[in-house]
Amino acid sequence: MNAANILGAAQLESRRGRSDPYLAFRQELFDEGLLVPTGVDGLYLRAERFEEIVRGLDVLVSLAGRAEASATYHFPLVMSRALLDRTDYVRSFPDLLGTVQSFAGDDRAHAELLRTVEEGGEWVAHLEPTDIALCSAACHPLYPSQSGPLPFGGRTVEVYGQCFRHEPSVDPARMQAFRQHEFVYLGTPEGARRHRDLWVERALSLHRSLGLEVEAVVANDPFFGRSGRMLAANQRDEALKIEIVSPICSSESPTAITSANCHEDHFGLEFDIVADDGAVAHTACVGFGVERVTLALLHTHGLRKESWPPSVRNVLGL
Amino acid sequence: MEQMIRQVLADYGRLPVDAMTLDVDADLYRCGLTSHASVNVMLALEDAFDVEFPQELLRKKTFESIFAIEQALSGLVTSDRVSSV
Repeated sequence: MNAANILGAAQLESRRGRSDPYLAFRQELFDEGLLVPTGVDGLYLRAERFEEIVRGLDVLVSLAGRAEASATYHFPLVMSRALLDRTDYVRSFPDLLGTVQSFAGDDRAHAELLRTVEEGGEWVAHLEPTDIALCSAACHPLYPSQSGPLPFGGRTVEVYGQCFRHEPSVDPARMQAFRQHEFVYLGTPEGARRHRDLWVERALSLHRSLGLEVEAVVANDPFFGRSGRMLAANQRDEALKIEIVSPICSSESPTAITSANCHEDHFGLEFDIVADDGAVAHTACVGFGVERVTLALLHTHGLRKESWPPSVRNVLGL
Repeated sequence: MEQMIRQVLADYGRLPVDAMTLDVDADLYRCGLTSHASVNVMLALEDAFDVEFPQELLRKKTFESIFAIEQALSGLVTSDRVSSV
Protein backbone atom coordinates (compact mmCIF):
# COMPACT_ATOMS: atom_id res chain seq x y z
CA MET A 1 0.00 0.00 0.00
CA ASN A 2 1.46 3.39 -0.96
CA ALA A 3 1.40 6.62 1.03
CA ALA A 4 -1.51 8.08 -0.93
CA ASN A 5 -3.65 5.07 -0.13
CA ILE A 6 -2.81 5.26 3.57
CA LEU A 7 -3.71 8.95 3.63
CA GLY A 8 -6.94 8.19 1.81
CA ALA A 9 -7.90 5.51 4.32
CA ALA A 10 -7.09 7.80 7.25
CA GLN A 11 -9.15 10.64 5.78
CA LEU A 12 -12.02 8.27 5.14
CA GLU A 13 -11.79 6.99 8.71
CA SER A 14 -11.76 10.53 10.04
CA ARG A 15 -14.77 11.54 7.90
CA ARG A 16 -16.69 8.48 9.05
CA GLY A 17 -15.69 9.32 12.60
CA ARG A 18 -17.49 12.62 12.44
CA SER A 19 -20.79 10.98 11.49
CA ASP A 20 -20.52 7.86 13.66
CA PRO A 21 -20.56 8.70 17.37
CA TYR A 22 -18.85 5.39 18.29
CA LEU A 23 -15.95 5.96 15.89
CA ALA A 24 -15.77 9.61 16.91
CA PHE A 25 -15.46 8.87 20.64
CA ARG A 26 -12.96 6.08 19.99
CA GLN A 27 -10.85 8.48 17.90
CA GLU A 28 -10.95 11.02 20.76
CA LEU A 29 -9.68 8.33 23.15
CA PHE A 30 -6.90 7.44 20.68
CA ASP A 31 -5.99 11.12 20.14
CA GLU A 32 -5.83 11.67 23.89
CA GLY A 33 -3.66 8.58 24.31
CA LEU A 34 -6.05 6.92 26.77
CA LEU A 35 -6.43 3.90 24.50
CA VAL A 36 -3.91 2.81 21.88
CA PRO A 37 -5.13 0.95 18.77
CA THR A 38 -3.79 -2.55 18.02
CA GLY A 39 -5.22 -2.94 14.54
CA VAL A 40 -8.03 -5.15 15.88
CA ASP A 41 -11.41 -3.59 16.72
CA GLY A 42 -12.21 -4.10 20.37
CA LEU A 43 -8.62 -4.75 21.44
CA TYR A 44 -6.67 -1.79 22.84
CA LEU A 45 -3.67 -0.97 24.94
CA ARG A 46 -4.76 0.98 28.00
CA ALA A 47 -2.78 3.95 29.28
CA GLU A 48 -1.96 4.44 32.96
CA ARG A 49 -4.38 7.40 33.03
CA PHE A 50 -7.16 4.96 32.02
CA GLU A 51 -6.06 2.33 34.52
CA GLU A 52 -5.95 4.68 37.50
CA ILE A 53 -9.67 5.30 36.98
CA VAL A 54 -10.26 1.53 36.82
CA ARG A 55 -8.32 1.08 40.08
CA GLY A 56 -10.39 3.80 41.76
CA LEU A 57 -13.58 2.07 40.62
CA ASP A 58 -12.37 -1.32 41.83
CA VAL A 59 -11.78 0.10 45.31
CA LEU A 60 -15.21 1.73 45.33
CA VAL A 61 -16.99 -1.43 44.18
CA SER A 62 -15.05 -3.53 46.64
CA LEU A 63 -15.92 -1.26 49.56
CA ALA A 64 -19.60 -1.48 48.61
CA GLY A 65 -19.73 -5.26 49.03
CA ARG A 66 -16.67 -6.74 50.61
CA ALA A 67 -18.20 -6.91 54.09
CA GLU A 68 -20.58 -9.62 52.83
CA ALA A 69 -17.94 -11.57 50.90
CA SER A 70 -16.32 -14.57 52.53
CA ALA A 71 -13.52 -14.60 49.92
CA THR A 72 -12.05 -12.55 47.09
CA TYR A 73 -10.54 -14.21 44.01
CA HIS A 74 -8.63 -12.94 41.00
CA PHE A 75 -9.17 -15.11 37.92
CA PRO A 76 -6.88 -15.36 34.90
CA LEU A 77 -8.06 -14.73 31.35
CA VAL A 78 -8.07 -18.44 30.55
CA MET A 79 -9.91 -21.35 32.14
CA SER A 80 -10.58 -25.06 31.64
CA ARG A 81 -12.17 -25.59 28.22
CA ALA A 82 -14.58 -28.12 29.75
CA LEU A 83 -16.28 -25.20 31.51
CA LEU A 84 -17.63 -23.85 28.20
CA ASP A 85 -19.61 -27.07 27.92
CA ARG A 86 -20.60 -27.33 31.59
CA THR A 87 -21.90 -23.74 31.76
CA ASP A 88 -23.82 -24.23 28.46
CA TYR A 89 -21.82 -21.34 26.99
CA VAL A 90 -20.99 -23.36 23.88
CA ARG A 91 -24.70 -23.89 23.30
CA SER A 92 -25.82 -20.35 24.10
CA PHE A 93 -22.98 -18.16 22.78
CA PRO A 94 -20.86 -20.17 20.29
CA ASP A 95 -20.20 -16.98 18.33
CA LEU A 96 -18.64 -15.21 21.33
CA LEU A 97 -16.35 -17.89 22.73
CA GLY A 98 -12.68 -18.53 22.12
CA THR A 99 -10.45 -21.55 22.73
CA VAL A 100 -6.67 -21.86 22.85
CA GLN A 101 -4.77 -23.90 20.29
CA SER A 102 -1.13 -24.85 20.27
CA PHE A 103 1.34 -26.86 18.26
CA ALA A 104 1.66 -30.54 19.17
CA GLY A 105 3.43 -31.97 16.15
CA ASP A 106 6.92 -33.34 15.45
CA ASP A 107 9.81 -31.86 13.44
CA ARG A 108 8.22 -32.86 10.19
CA ALA A 109 4.92 -31.18 11.12
CA HIS A 110 6.88 -28.14 12.30
CA ALA A 111 8.52 -27.88 8.87
CA GLU A 112 5.07 -27.95 7.25
CA LEU A 113 3.88 -25.28 9.68
CA LEU A 114 6.85 -23.06 8.78
CA ARG A 115 6.28 -23.59 5.09
CA THR A 116 2.70 -22.40 5.48
CA VAL A 117 3.92 -19.37 7.48
CA GLU A 118 6.45 -18.51 4.75
CA GLU A 119 3.80 -18.84 2.07
CA GLY A 120 1.55 -16.48 4.03
CA GLY A 121 -0.99 -19.26 4.48
CA GLU A 122 -3.41 -20.06 7.30
CA TRP A 123 -0.84 -21.58 9.67
CA VAL A 124 -3.37 -21.86 12.52
CA ALA A 125 -4.67 -24.94 10.69
CA HIS A 126 -1.52 -26.74 11.91
CA LEU A 127 -2.41 -26.23 15.57
CA GLU A 128 -4.33 -28.56 17.89
CA PRO A 129 -6.94 -27.65 20.52
CA THR A 130 -5.66 -27.52 24.11
CA ASP A 131 -7.72 -28.04 27.26
CA ILE A 132 -7.73 -24.24 27.77
CA ALA A 133 -10.39 -21.71 26.72
CA LEU A 134 -10.71 -17.97 27.14
CA CYS A 135 -12.96 -16.97 30.02
CA SER A 136 -16.20 -15.44 28.74
CA ALA A 137 -17.84 -14.43 32.02
CA ALA A 138 -15.93 -13.59 35.18
CA CYS A 139 -17.91 -15.80 37.54
CA HIS A 140 -17.87 -19.02 35.48
CA PRO A 141 -14.52 -20.33 36.79
CA LEU A 142 -15.86 -19.95 40.34
CA TYR A 143 -18.64 -22.56 40.21
CA PRO A 144 -16.60 -25.80 40.07
CA SER A 145 -14.92 -24.73 43.32
CA GLN A 146 -18.31 -24.32 45.03
CA SER A 147 -19.65 -27.90 44.71
CA GLY A 148 -21.15 -29.34 47.87
CA PRO A 149 -23.19 -27.90 50.73
CA LEU A 150 -23.19 -24.14 51.33
CA PRO A 151 -23.06 -22.64 54.84
CA PHE A 152 -26.23 -21.38 56.53
CA GLY A 153 -27.37 -18.19 54.76
CA GLY A 154 -25.42 -19.02 51.61
CA ARG A 155 -22.12 -17.58 50.48
CA THR A 156 -21.01 -14.38 48.76
CA VAL A 157 -17.75 -14.25 46.83
CA GLU A 158 -15.97 -11.28 45.28
CA VAL A 159 -14.42 -11.96 41.88
CA TYR A 160 -12.04 -9.96 39.72
CA GLY A 161 -12.19 -11.59 36.31
CA GLN A 162 -10.72 -11.04 32.88
CA CYS A 163 -12.97 -11.88 29.96
CA PHE A 164 -12.89 -12.39 26.21
CA ARG A 165 -15.82 -12.15 23.83
CA HIS A 166 -15.44 -12.39 20.11
CA GLU A 167 -17.47 -9.40 19.02
CA PRO A 168 -15.23 -6.99 17.13
CA SER A 169 -16.78 -3.53 17.09
CA VAL A 170 -15.78 0.10 16.60
CA ASP A 171 -17.77 0.94 19.75
CA PRO A 172 -14.97 1.54 22.27
CA ALA A 173 -17.27 0.19 25.02
CA ARG A 174 -17.54 -3.17 23.23
CA MET A 175 -14.08 -4.50 23.91
CA GLN A 176 -13.11 -8.06 23.06
CA ALA A 177 -10.86 -8.24 26.14
CA PHE A 178 -12.23 -6.64 29.28
CA ARG A 179 -12.66 -7.06 33.04
CA GLN A 180 -15.66 -7.68 35.27
CA HIS A 181 -15.66 -7.00 38.99
CA GLU A 182 -18.33 -9.22 40.47
CA PHE A 183 -20.06 -10.20 43.67
CA VAL A 184 -21.55 -13.68 43.33
CA TYR A 185 -24.13 -15.09 45.72
CA LEU A 186 -24.82 -18.81 46.13
CA GLY A 187 -27.72 -19.97 48.29
CA THR A 188 -31.52 -20.03 48.26
CA PRO A 189 -33.81 -18.62 45.52
CA GLU A 190 -34.93 -15.84 47.90
CA GLY A 191 -31.34 -15.03 48.81
CA ALA A 192 -30.38 -14.83 45.14
CA ARG A 193 -33.23 -12.42 44.33
CA ARG A 194 -32.35 -10.32 47.37
CA HIS A 195 -28.68 -10.14 46.33
CA ARG A 196 -29.62 -9.12 42.79
CA ASP A 197 -32.15 -6.48 43.86
CA LEU A 198 -29.86 -5.08 46.55
CA TRP A 199 -27.07 -4.68 44.02
CA VAL A 200 -29.29 -2.98 41.44
CA GLU A 201 -29.98 -0.28 44.04
CA ARG A 202 -26.37 -0.17 45.19
CA ALA A 203 -25.04 0.07 41.65
CA LEU A 204 -27.48 2.84 40.76
CA SER A 205 -26.41 4.95 43.72
CA LEU A 206 -22.72 4.13 43.21
CA HIS A 207 -22.86 5.29 39.58
CA ARG A 208 -24.92 8.35 40.47
CA SER A 209 -22.37 9.30 43.15
CA LEU A 210 -19.91 9.47 40.24
CA GLY A 211 -22.13 11.90 38.34
CA LEU A 212 -23.25 9.32 35.77
CA GLU A 213 -26.67 9.36 34.17
CA VAL A 214 -27.95 5.82 34.68
CA GLU A 215 -31.14 3.78 34.76
CA ALA A 216 -31.98 0.13 35.44
CA VAL A 217 -33.63 -1.81 32.62
CA VAL A 218 -34.74 -5.41 32.08
CA ALA A 219 -32.41 -7.00 29.55
CA ASN A 220 -31.45 -10.27 27.92
CA ASP A 221 -28.19 -11.90 26.94
CA PRO A 222 -27.43 -12.23 23.20
CA PHE A 223 -28.22 -15.96 23.07
CA PHE A 224 -27.41 -17.51 19.69
CA GLY A 225 -29.95 -18.64 17.09
CA ARG A 226 -33.62 -19.64 17.30
CA SER A 227 -33.22 -21.55 20.54
CA GLY A 228 -31.44 -18.43 21.82
CA ARG A 229 -34.52 -16.34 21.07
CA MET A 230 -36.49 -18.60 23.37
CA LEU A 231 -33.91 -18.33 26.14
CA ALA A 232 -33.85 -14.54 25.71
CA ALA A 233 -37.67 -14.36 25.87
CA ASN A 234 -37.64 -16.45 29.07
CA GLN A 235 -34.96 -14.26 30.59
CA ARG A 236 -36.98 -11.11 29.85
CA ASP A 237 -40.34 -12.61 30.92
CA GLU A 238 -38.89 -13.48 34.30
CA ALA A 239 -36.81 -10.27 34.58
CA LEU A 240 -33.73 -12.34 35.42
CA LYS A 241 -31.26 -9.82 34.02
CA ILE A 242 -31.21 -6.15 35.00
CA GLU A 243 -28.74 -3.85 33.31
CA ILE A 244 -27.61 -0.46 34.52
CA VAL A 245 -27.34 1.54 31.31
CA SER A 246 -25.69 4.88 30.63
CA PRO A 247 -25.61 6.95 27.42
CA ILE A 248 -21.92 6.75 26.47
CA CYS A 249 -22.17 7.28 22.71
CA SER A 250 -25.92 7.17 22.18
CA SER A 251 -28.99 8.22 24.12
CA GLU A 252 -31.27 5.97 22.03
CA SER A 253 -29.29 2.83 22.80
CA PRO A 254 -27.40 3.48 26.04
CA THR A 255 -24.60 1.10 27.00
CA ALA A 256 -24.88 -1.48 29.78
CA ILE A 257 -22.10 -0.64 32.22
CA THR A 258 -23.13 -2.98 35.04
CA SER A 259 -25.49 -5.93 35.15
CA ALA A 260 -27.17 -7.87 37.93
CA ASN A 261 -28.42 -11.34 37.10
CA CYS A 262 -30.33 -14.23 38.60
CA HIS A 263 -29.14 -17.57 37.18
CA GLU A 264 -31.82 -19.57 39.00
CA ASP A 265 -30.49 -23.13 39.50
CA HIS A 266 -28.50 -23.20 36.24
CA PHE A 267 -25.08 -23.43 37.91
CA GLY A 268 -26.32 -25.09 41.12
CA LEU A 269 -27.61 -28.09 39.13
CA GLU A 270 -24.54 -28.56 36.93
CA PHE A 271 -21.99 -28.08 39.70
CA ASP A 272 -23.89 -29.86 42.52
CA ILE A 273 -24.06 -26.82 44.76
CA VAL A 274 -26.50 -27.33 47.65
CA ALA A 275 -28.22 -24.58 49.66
CA ASP A 276 -28.63 -24.69 53.45
CA ASP A 277 -32.17 -26.08 53.07
CA GLY A 278 -30.84 -29.10 51.15
CA ALA A 279 -32.23 -27.92 47.78
CA VAL A 280 -30.22 -27.16 44.64
CA ALA A 281 -28.57 -23.78 45.12
CA HIS A 282 -29.62 -20.72 43.16
CA THR A 283 -26.98 -18.19 42.21
CA ALA A 284 -26.94 -14.51 41.29
CA CYS A 285 -24.22 -12.07 40.41
CA VAL A 286 -23.58 -8.40 39.90
CA GLY A 287 -20.86 -7.55 37.42
CA PHE A 288 -19.35 -4.10 37.01
CA GLY A 289 -17.85 -3.62 33.55
CA VAL A 290 -14.99 -1.51 34.82
CA GLU A 291 -13.77 -0.40 31.39
CA ARG A 292 -17.30 0.61 30.43
CA VAL A 293 -17.84 2.58 33.64
CA THR A 294 -14.48 4.26 33.00
CA LEU A 295 -15.58 5.17 29.47
CA ALA A 296 -18.88 6.53 30.80
CA LEU A 297 -16.92 8.71 33.24
CA LEU A 298 -14.57 9.95 30.50
CA HIS A 299 -17.51 10.70 28.23
CA THR A 300 -19.47 12.48 30.96
CA HIS A 301 -16.72 14.49 32.67
CA GLY A 302 -14.13 14.89 29.92
CA LEU A 303 -11.00 13.05 28.82
CA ARG A 304 -8.73 14.70 31.39
CA LYS A 305 -9.33 14.11 35.07
CA GLU A 306 -8.18 17.68 35.79
CA SER A 307 -11.54 18.90 34.47
CA TRP A 308 -13.61 16.42 36.51
CA PRO A 309 -15.76 17.55 39.46
CA PRO A 310 -13.63 17.46 42.64
CA SER A 311 -16.19 15.25 44.37
CA VAL A 312 -15.86 12.56 41.68
CA ARG A 313 -12.06 12.71 41.74
CA ASN A 314 -12.19 12.49 45.48
CA VAL A 315 -14.41 9.40 45.54
CA LEU A 316 -12.10 7.67 43.06
CA GLY A 317 -8.91 8.80 44.77
CA LEU A 318 -7.72 10.61 41.62
CA MET B 1 -49.97 -36.51 19.42
CA GLU B 2 -49.87 -36.76 23.20
CA GLN B 3 -47.77 -39.94 23.08
CA MET B 4 -45.27 -38.33 20.72
CA ILE B 5 -44.99 -35.28 22.99
CA ARG B 6 -44.39 -37.57 25.97
CA GLN B 7 -41.71 -39.43 24.04
CA VAL B 8 -39.93 -36.14 23.14
CA LEU B 9 -40.08 -35.06 26.80
CA ALA B 10 -38.68 -38.42 27.89
CA ASP B 11 -35.85 -38.22 25.34
CA TYR B 12 -34.92 -34.55 25.61
CA GLY B 13 -36.50 -33.09 28.77
CA ARG B 14 -33.90 -34.49 31.21
CA LEU B 15 -36.81 -34.80 33.66
CA PRO B 16 -36.30 -36.53 36.99
CA VAL B 17 -39.86 -37.92 36.64
CA ASP B 18 -41.44 -40.32 34.13
CA ALA B 19 -42.75 -38.28 31.19
CA MET B 20 -44.93 -41.17 30.05
CA THR B 21 -47.12 -41.07 33.17
CA LEU B 22 -47.14 -37.33 33.92
CA ASP B 23 -50.48 -35.56 34.20
CA VAL B 24 -51.19 -33.55 31.02
CA ASP B 25 -51.64 -30.42 33.15
CA ALA B 26 -48.57 -30.94 35.32
CA ASP B 27 -46.22 -27.93 35.34
CA LEU B 28 -43.14 -29.25 33.56
CA TYR B 29 -40.88 -26.56 35.02
CA ARG B 30 -41.92 -27.54 38.54
CA CYS B 31 -41.22 -31.14 37.52
CA GLY B 32 -37.61 -30.20 36.75
CA LEU B 33 -37.59 -28.98 33.13
CA THR B 34 -34.76 -26.43 32.87
CA SER B 35 -34.69 -23.50 30.43
CA HIS B 36 -31.94 -25.16 28.42
CA ALA B 37 -33.71 -28.53 28.35
CA SER B 38 -36.91 -26.78 27.21
CA VAL B 39 -34.98 -25.48 24.20
CA ASN B 40 -33.97 -29.06 23.32
CA VAL B 41 -37.59 -30.13 23.71
CA MET B 42 -38.69 -27.29 21.41
CA LEU B 43 -36.21 -28.32 18.68
CA ALA B 44 -37.10 -32.02 19.04
CA LEU B 45 -40.84 -31.24 18.78
CA GLU B 46 -40.18 -29.30 15.57
CA ASP B 47 -38.40 -32.33 14.12
CA ALA B 48 -40.98 -34.82 15.34
CA PHE B 49 -43.98 -32.89 14.01
CA ASP B 50 -42.24 -31.25 11.05
CA VAL B 51 -43.29 -27.74 12.10
CA GLU B 52 -41.53 -24.54 13.04
CA PHE B 53 -42.63 -22.63 16.13
CA PRO B 54 -43.15 -18.96 15.20
CA GLN B 55 -41.38 -16.24 17.18
CA GLU B 56 -44.39 -15.51 19.41
CA LEU B 57 -44.50 -19.13 20.62
CA LEU B 58 -40.77 -19.27 21.45
CA ARG B 59 -41.32 -18.71 25.16
CA LYS B 60 -41.48 -20.64 28.36
CA LYS B 61 -45.28 -20.67 28.59
CA THR B 62 -45.65 -22.64 25.34
CA PHE B 63 -43.85 -25.61 26.91
CA GLU B 64 -45.17 -25.43 30.47
CA SER B 65 -47.30 -28.60 30.27
CA ILE B 66 -48.11 -31.46 27.92
CA PHE B 67 -51.50 -29.84 27.37
CA ALA B 68 -49.93 -26.46 26.52
CA ILE B 69 -47.55 -28.10 24.04
CA GLU B 70 -50.46 -29.98 22.46
CA GLN B 71 -52.43 -26.74 22.10
CA ALA B 72 -49.51 -24.96 20.44
CA LEU B 73 -48.77 -27.86 18.10
CA SER B 74 -52.45 -28.27 17.14
CA GLY B 75 -52.50 -24.69 15.88
CA LEU B 76 -49.33 -25.19 13.88
CA VAL B 77 -50.18 -28.56 12.40
CA THR B 78 -53.65 -27.29 11.35
CA SER B 79 -52.41 -24.05 9.84
CA ASP B 80 -49.67 -25.96 8.01
CA ARG B 81 -52.29 -28.26 6.50
CA VAL B 82 -54.48 -25.30 5.53
CA SER B 83 -51.58 -23.49 3.91
CA SER B 84 -50.53 -26.58 1.97
CA VAL B 85 -54.02 -27.15 0.51
